[in-house]
Amino acid sequence: MTSALTDARTAAEAVVDPEMPMLTLADLGVLRGVETAADGTVVVTLTPTYSGCPALDEMRHDLRRALHEAGHERVEVRTTFSPPWSTDWISDAGRRKLAEAGVAPPDRLGPRPAGGPVPLTLHAPSRVVACPQCGAADTEETSRFGPTACTALRRCRSCGEPFEHVKEI
Amino acid sequence: MHSHDETDDENVYDALATADDDGRWAFGTGFDAGTAEIDAPVPDGVDRDDLATYCLMLADDALVASQRLSGWTTKAPELEEEVALANIALDLLGQARVLLARAGHLGAAEPYRGERSDGKGGCAGPQDDEDVLAYFRDDRAFRNVTLVETDLGDFAQTVAWLLVLASWRLALLRRLTGSRDPVLAAVAGKAVKELTYHRDYAAQWVLRLGDGTALSHARMQAGLEAVWPFVEELFTAHAVERRLVDAGVAVDPTELRWEVDAVLDQVLPAATLTRPERPAVGLVGGRGGRDGVHTEALGLVLAVMQSLARAHPEATW
Repeated sequence: MTSALTDARTAAEAVVDPEMPMLTLADLGVLRGVETAADGTVVVTLTPTYSGCPALDEMRHDLRRALHEAGHERVEVRTTFSPPWSTDWISDAGRRKLAEAGVAPPDRLGPRPAGGPVPLTLHAPSRVVACPQCGAADTEETSRFGPTACTALRRCRSCGEPFEHVKEI
Repeated sequence: MHSHDETDDENVYDALATADDDGRWAFGTGFDAGTAEIDAPVPDGVDRDDLATYCLMLADDALVASQRLSGWTTKAPELEEEVALANIALDLLGQARVLLARAGHLGAAEPYRGERSDGKGGCAGPQDDEDVLAYFRDDRAFRNVTLVETDLGDFAQTVAWLLVLASWRLALLRRLTGSRDPVLAAVAGKAVKELTYHRDYAAQWVLRLGDGTALSHARMQAGLEAVWPFVEELFTAHAVERRLVDAGVAVDPTELRWEVDAVLDQVLPAATLTRPERPAVGLVGGRGGRDGVHTEALGLVLAVMQSLARAHPEATW
């Protein structure tokens, strides 16, 4: 690997998510590749968290700027949808940073069963989301949709604090 | 929410206007759907125009549904539900944008370029295609099913509508992940996760309102009754769909009925609701939304969605 490519990767991986700035794009798992084309253009491949994620444009802009500042004049940011992002792409470091910032990280769901209808569960999910402030397990969901596409809102019954939870998809 | 601060050389609004040249058109968002997959070649043996039309069908379902849901913004019963409905609208809009870009790449936007009064008929690129297709087609050119254009009524009717729509689209797109068209397969793979969440949200509310007070039960049943006549059309195959099913690209909507029924059979009894028995509407002489035959409701939706773009085609912000 050339040093220019290493530099470009380092610069791209350090860009932070516009909505959850405690995470880099590498932590979030949305960077799919950083390559250099024959003419020296740095080609970054990005995948959105959700189809309509409004932060995608900010990510592209921030990536271009970071790479320009790192001395790469020609930058192309491509978008890919396959394979689809899931919260399992968030790195261990990313999960730790979320918790440190008071955001409950998602569980790892692992490989999904392929084929067959997606089952509908009518009762509230029984899984425990621990409070990122006090660690208590006694928390409740207050809203299935939070301030960003990837978070839900919860409240801790023990310490009373509301908090965000990166919901598993 | 934002990493930008006072010391940044540009703020987010500047970025929207300058990040891409395309961003100067107010009705884009400054982001394009990317070209890495949109320009994938048409699979062997697949008719290009059929594929473009099919992309429009699936795009228009999502686009019009998204526009309808957006109507709840500032009016939802609670802030949490407003955020939820807006989030669902955003997911659907994202699905629509990629599908419109694919349809545009396949030539679907060409007949409508002349509609733009700004003289930029020669503009190319996925984003431009998206905008031309969303803002400069008349209702007869939309290929969405009738259900998505219907007035959403009260909150109970909205969640009934969303339960049916999300269950049907989930069943459809889950199968579409196996499409021979790589763009359709990729959009579907992403959308399945989103639609699962939308269906959960709707089912929880149908359950809560149906099995709630006498008033909430009555309004939930009424909402379901209002939506019901538009369900049958969801399981009707169009000639384009049938040809693309044979080509391994599309999903046969007649195969989706049992899967949607299974969801309703799970939710409605738990919510103490009665499965309606109401005659189907939405098809006129066997033709419906997939042929561009719509109810007057679509014209109203499009008037709101398109009037700004048509009145000020060169506006910037």
